[in-house]
Amino acid sequence: MSSLFIEINDISKSYGEQPVIKHLTMSVDQHQVVSLIGPSGSGKSTLLRCINGLESIDQGEIRVHGDRITGPGVDVNALRRDIGIVFQGYNLFPHMSVLENVTLAPIRVLKQPREEAEEKAMALLKRIGLVHKAREYPDRMSGGQQQRVAIVRALAMDPLVLLLDEITSALDPELVSEVLNIVRQLADEGMTMLLATHEMGFAREVSSKVCFLYDGAVYEEGLPEQIFGDPQRDRTRAFLRSIHEAKRI
Amino acid sequence: MSNDATDRGPDTISGGFAMGRRFNIGGMPAAPTALWLLALLLVLAAVASSWQTISAGRAALRAAGVPGGPVDAAAVLLGLLSVIVVLPLWRGYRRCGEVRRAAAAQDIVAARTARAAARDAAWIAIGSAFAQLIMVLGGQFLLANDQTVSKTFFLVPLMFKTFPLVLKAFWVNIKIFLMAEVLVLIWGLIVALATFAPGIAGRPLRIMATIYIDVFRAIPAVLVIYLVGFGIPLTGVPILKDLSLTAFVVIALTLTVGAYVAEIYRAGILSIHWSQTAAARSLGLSHMQTLRYVVVPQGIRQIIPPLLNAFIALQKDTALVSVVGVIDSFNQSMLIASNYYNLSAVTTVAILFIIISIPQTRFVERMMRRDRERIRAQG
Repeated sequence: MSSLFIEINDISKSYGEQPVIKHLTMSVDQHQVVSLIGPSGSGKSTLLRCINGLESIDQGEIRVHGDRITGPGVDVNALRRDIGIVFQGYNLFPHMSVLENVTLAPIRVLKQPREEAEEKAMALLKRIGLVHKAREYPDRMSGGQQQRVAIVRALAMDPLVLLLDEITSALDPELVSEVLNIVRQLADEGMTMLLATHEMGFAREVSSKVCFLYDGAVYEEGLPEQIFGDPQRDRTRAFLRSIHEAKRI
Repeated sequence: MSNDATDRGPDTISGGFAMGRRFNIGGMPAAPTALWLLALLLVLAAVASSWQTISAGRAALRAAGVPGGPVDAAAVLLGLLSVIVVLPLWRGYRRCGEVRRAAAAQDIVAARTARAAARDAAWIAIGSAFAQLIMVLGGQFLLANDQTVSKTFFLVPLMFKTFPLVLKAFWVNIKIFLMAEVLVLIWGLIVALATFAPGIAGRPLRIMATIYIDVFRAIPAVLVIYLVGFGIPLTGVPILKDLSLTAFVVIALTLTVGAYVAEIYRAGILSIHWSQTAAARSLGLSHMQTLRYVVVPQGIRQIIPPLLNAFIALQKDTALVSVVGVIDSFNQSMLIASNYYNLSAVTTVAILFIIISIPQTRFVERMMRRDRERIRAQG
């Protein structure tokens, strides 16, 4: 069962004079995992931030479940309740314990009773094996643990889609797999996800679709085996070749 | 010279400049006699002038009718303390002897060690004697002109006699700064948040808050107190005009210090990285919720030291309220000063301010040091 979930129609975005996204069009189906790959500066992060309403777009439109989420009058707070995002730098709140990090939004935004929110948070923490860290503060944890908490913090809002912005790029190599395992599990459970990543092996394994972004637009897209095994266009080939040469695949 | 030094020709990177030079960090050391003689001179001056000052002070106190026993005991104690500076001098003398003996025995390491110790001792003697001479200078100033200086500033009987009056007036200062501090904490935060009012709708508020901060940081506090304290009653504006004089000066101080504190809050809020805001907003928290639960709590932690410094400044500024006739401790002490033609009561006020200020400054220092250490521990 796959139905159209996120539609991005011909969007453009620039920071001042500097265009970052140029006439980008793509879509994500429900329960699909879509990977965004491409060189830095190609617009992956900006695209994710636009979908979450953290950045406005200059032109075009983004629709979720058929409803337009860009332009004036959109309740971005309501939008963000359903679209979770996890950042490269975890961005946990350092003055709050893990449990408080995870329950803040359910309590303040969804107005859940504290007991209910904490119960659910503990259940989520148990699933990622960090229930014993519930009372710890983020600076007492490894990067991998912090990033797992950040994922749980987003999941605590019961999002319909999860945007993952290079969530393993800031991690030491030995901590990457503990984070990717969670993403893999979420993919198996049918969570709709859009992830910007440099982990090509992981993208190939977990994605239903891979989009190669270049210069602010989708340059080539297709099934993972097609993009990684038999890329059709020059830039895609050059990019994947340099990744191969750096032995990062 | 047939080792590898010759192999390094002038066209090598190391250049071969050092060819043929021997390692040399000095020969057999001599005793630091000149330094020690300088120390001797300073110590002699310090001890002699100390004793002269102590005996002059003793004579003055006895002439003023202070009981002889305690005065003599204090004089003897001070006299003994003042010769402690001879100890490092003596240690330095012995070390100088050691240097000479080691040099005679051709023991270069022992001679160096002894010389270092001799120099250390001599410098310690010089430093202590110098500090002692400065204290003597202070003592001489107090005794100068037949002790009029000490009588003008430190007339102890008068200080005791007027202390209850001054202390009672000091409560006025305490009351004013406590009220002002509470108001400043609230008002400063309101102004700081106004400078972050979002969007085009918030722009007028942002501009007003910025103007307020600029204006009230520019006007001297004493002018604001004067204008509010004398001006508002003249305007006859209902409610406002009926407030007490204390209320006016609290308002004036809140307006002035509030501008500074708003700026401190602002700095604290700005010091929180935007990624924290992004994380909070991405979870669906509103602008105000983000400030309230994420940004401000983190910002406050960082601004406690500058906030306390602003409070210490505010506490001292309460002495300015005397310009509108509030009978605070300073005003009270000035009344006493003109009645007795003596400033000792003003000194009492100074001492009271010192007593409340110093623990706070120490506390701030300790807190900042702890913060620095914590940051270093993380890095």
